[in-house]
Amino acid sequence: MAKVKGAVTVNQERCKGCDLCVVACPTDVLMLQPKEVNNRGYHFAFMKNPDACIGCASCATVCPDGCIEVYRVTIK
Amino acid sequence: MTVEEIIKPENRVYAKPRLLNDNHMHYCPGCSHGVVHRLIAEIVEEMGIEDKTIGIAPVGCAVFAYNYVDIDWIEAAHGRAPAVATAVKRLNPSRMVFTYQGDGDLAAIGTCETIHAANRGENITIIFINNAIYGMTGGQMAPTTLEGMKTSTTPYGRRIDLNGYPLNITKLVAELDGTCYVTRQAVHTPAAVRKTKAAIKQAFKNSMEGRGTSLVEIVSTCNSGWKMSPVAANKWMEENMFAKYPLGEIKNTVK
Repeated sequence: MAKVKGAVTVNQERCKGCDLCVVACPTDVLMLQPKEVNNRGYHFAFMKNPDACIGCASCATVCPDGCIEVYRVTIK
Repeated sequence: MTVEEIIKPENRVYAKPRLLNDNHMHYCPGCSHGVVHRLIAEIVEEMGIEDKTIGIAPVGCAVFAYNYVDIDWIEAAHGRAPAVATAVKRLNPSRMVFTYQGDGDLAAIGTCETIHAANRGENITIIFINNAIYGMTGGQMAPTTLEGMKTSTTPYGRRIDLNGYPLNITKLVAELDGTCYVTRQAVHTPAAVRKTKAAIKQAFKNSMEGRGTSLVEIVSTCNSGWKMSPVAANKWMEENMFAKYPLGEIKNTVK
C-alpha cells in the first residue's frame, strides 16, 4: 500500500499562536513554541513531530491567518 | 524521506490564496474573521471573478477587510451595507456583489436595510458573521447575545425580561420570498470550514445567476470579547451557540 507523507511550513512572522492548528491536527504533529516568540511576541507553531504528518491540510484549513503551507508526497 | 525532500513546490497541496495578501491582519489570535476572509479569497480565485467582485465592508472589526483581500471594496455606513450593495448591483448587474457584516451591523442598526434588501430579492450575497457580541467596541451586548451570556453591558448575564430574546435574524430572513438561499455554518473544525466554503460558493453562484438574495450566516467566536482562549471559545460556541443557532441549510430554492 502506498504511504502518504506530509510536511507543513509555518509563516512564523504571520502566526499569532492561537493554537487552533494544534487542536485540529489529527496526528499530533504541531505544537506552539514553548519559549521562542516572533517579532510580535507570539509563540508561533512548529512541527514537533514531523514524521507523523500525513499532509491532510486540516491545520491550514482552520488557520485564521493563512500562515500554513502543506506539502504531500505518496511513496509507492 | 526527510522534511526537506517533501517541502518542494511540486508537492504543495495547500497554500494561502493569492488574493489574500501579506498584510498582517489586525484580528485577535484565533478570530473567525481570518478564516472567512481566506475562504472568500479562495472562492473568488477559484471562480475567476476577481475583476468582477465588489465587496461591501461593514462597520465592525471587518471594516479593514480591504487591507487583506485584493478585490474591490466599498466601506458602507454602519448597517447600510445591503443598501450600498443594492445600488452597486443595480448599476453593475454583471458584477458579483456581496456584503460582509457582523451581528451588530446586520441585526441591530442595519435590520431595516437587511430585511428590505432580502425582501426585494436583490441579487446580492450577505455574509453574516454572528459572534453574539459587539467585538470591536469592547464586547457589549448585541441583539444576538444568548440568554444569560455575560457581556460588558450585561455583567450579570442577559435577562429576557430586561433585554428581550436573542434575535434569530437568519430564520427571519429565510421567511421572506426574496431570498433563494439561507444557510448557517461555522468555521471551528476543518469539516465545518469545508462546508462553509461550499455554502459561500453556492451563494456567490446564485448572485451571479440572478436568483435572489443569498444569506450565509457563520456562527463565529470572539475570544477576546468572550474572555476565553481561542480553543475554549470554539468549545463554548459548540456547547452554547449551536443550541440557539443550529447549523445547516434553512432555505434553498435553487435545487
